[in-house]
Amino acid sequence: MQAAPDIVLEGINLDFDGQPLFTDLTLTLAGGHTTCILGPSGCGKSTLLKLMAGSPNLDFTGRIRFEPATDSQVAWMSQNDLLLPWLSLLDNVLLGARLRGELSRKKQAKALALIREAGLTGYEDKLPTTLSGGMRQRGALLRTLMEERPVILMDEPFSALDALTRVRLQNLAARLTVGATVVLVTHDPLEALRLGHSIVVLGGSPARVLETIEPAALPPREAGNPEVTALYASLLKRLMNGETA
Amino acid sequence: MNILRPLILTAGFLLLWQFLVTLTGAPPYILPGPLPVGHALLDKFPLLLSHLGTTLAEILLGLALGTILGTSAALVMILSPLLKRWMLPVLVVSQAIPVFALAPILVLWLGYGMASKVAMAVLIIFFPVTSSFYSGMRRTEPDLLELARIMGAGPLAVLRTIIIPSALPAFASGLRVATAVAPIGAVVGEWVGSSAGLGFYMLHANARMQIDIMFAALTVLAVTSLSLYFLIDRLLDRLVYWQPRQGMQ
Repeated sequence: MQAAPDIVLEGINLDFDGQPLFTDLTLTLAGGHTTCILGPSGCGKSTLLKLMAGSPNLDFTGRIRFEPATDSQVAWMSQNDLLLPWLSLLDNVLLGARLRGELSRKKQAKALALIREAGLTGYEDKLPTTLSGGMRQRGALLRTLMEERPVILMDEPFSALDALTRVRLQNLAARLTVGATVVLVTHDPLEALRLGHSIVVLGGSPARVLETIEPAALPPREAGNPEVTALYASLLKRLMNGETA
Repeated sequence: MNILRPLILTAGFLLLWQFLVTLTGAPPYILPGPLPVGHALLDKFPLLLSHLGTTLAEILLGLALGTILGTSAALVMILSPLLKRWMLPVLVVSQAIPVFALAPILVLWLGYGMASKVAMAVLIIFFPVTSSFYSGMRRTEPDLLELARIMGAGPLAVLRTIIIPSALPAFASGLRVATAVAPIGAVVGEWVGSSAGLGFYMLHANARMQIDIMFAALTVLAVTSLSLYFLIDRLLDRLVYWQPRQGMQ
């Protein structure tokens, strides 16, 4: 895998339905770190992620750079697991390689190793419809990791899971994405505080960075960590009051 | 239970049939009872089978050709937006023409042989196959396409790995409809002009007031059509193995 780059957004302007969503938004996300983007629904978190993914459907001005520039692009994981229902778990994990015509024994061995690491051994040949929601999302995480991209973009990847499964999957994701530049969009302050090296709070209209939080301890942090608890309480209060930092 | 239900339904249907015959006192040349039809079926079984061979060949050839042409047309429309803009209106307008009205013209152009009947079946099934496959491909989850783009997939790989499998459930529905209507095309073609096939044999018997034979031919046709439908239904269930069963149970 290449060195994980910084993601630099400069002077981003983007309108949505005739309303400005971002006006001159500038933001730098540190390479090799997990940045959680937190904010209320509709504030443009997911759109920001799509911009970083190079979506051709967004009409914007400004610059998005990866520093240092990378050849291979990003890997993507969304709230919907997007597993192909006609492929087995293993084939879904290998989807990127299959789509690029790069299937090999080496890739297959790596996919199997990842499946083992995620505790899904024995389910390699199962179809997604026979798996639980948590297992499917683990499959989606493994498919993302198989891409071996230096930048991983995650759009509320754990929000549809029950609390226990969510914590387990968050820990797994944190463990397996060490070293990559991860951008994780979430509306859950606790998730952001557990997983992010830094937490960027978006808000307002047009959206701007209200504050950036950088907890001292390294992620993943326990929910009972005193720093997390204190930050969670104050952050939640500010978000509920719609206050700026 | 699975076998019992059709048996009870068939027995009920035969009883109702006999009841109607008795109740109305209809003469055998208008409505023969189930027993004379059963006799005719046994008497003429070899002849019925030989005519069935012709009709079945027409149906199967029509189904195969119609499916190949229909799926090809749908693929062309997905791959080329330019051709789609020309083909889509033609396809929609073609549905305004009653296909049965074309039967005499097809017989005139393609003769009394099998070709005109196969063409008729193809014309009937082309639209359901094309439209179901095309709309199935168009309804591919946009997030999946975006994921494939991010993964760096080429258009053909996306078509083969994502778009076509996504469309298979819709295609299967279209093919089920096609299987149900293909026999209609073949038989209508035979009625207009032919020298073999169950449709021809029915007209032949009708002209000689052999209504029991006509009903026997109809029975063979119905059983064949149903068997074909269930066979295709099962095959499609295997093809679209990730979907819950869609056809008739």
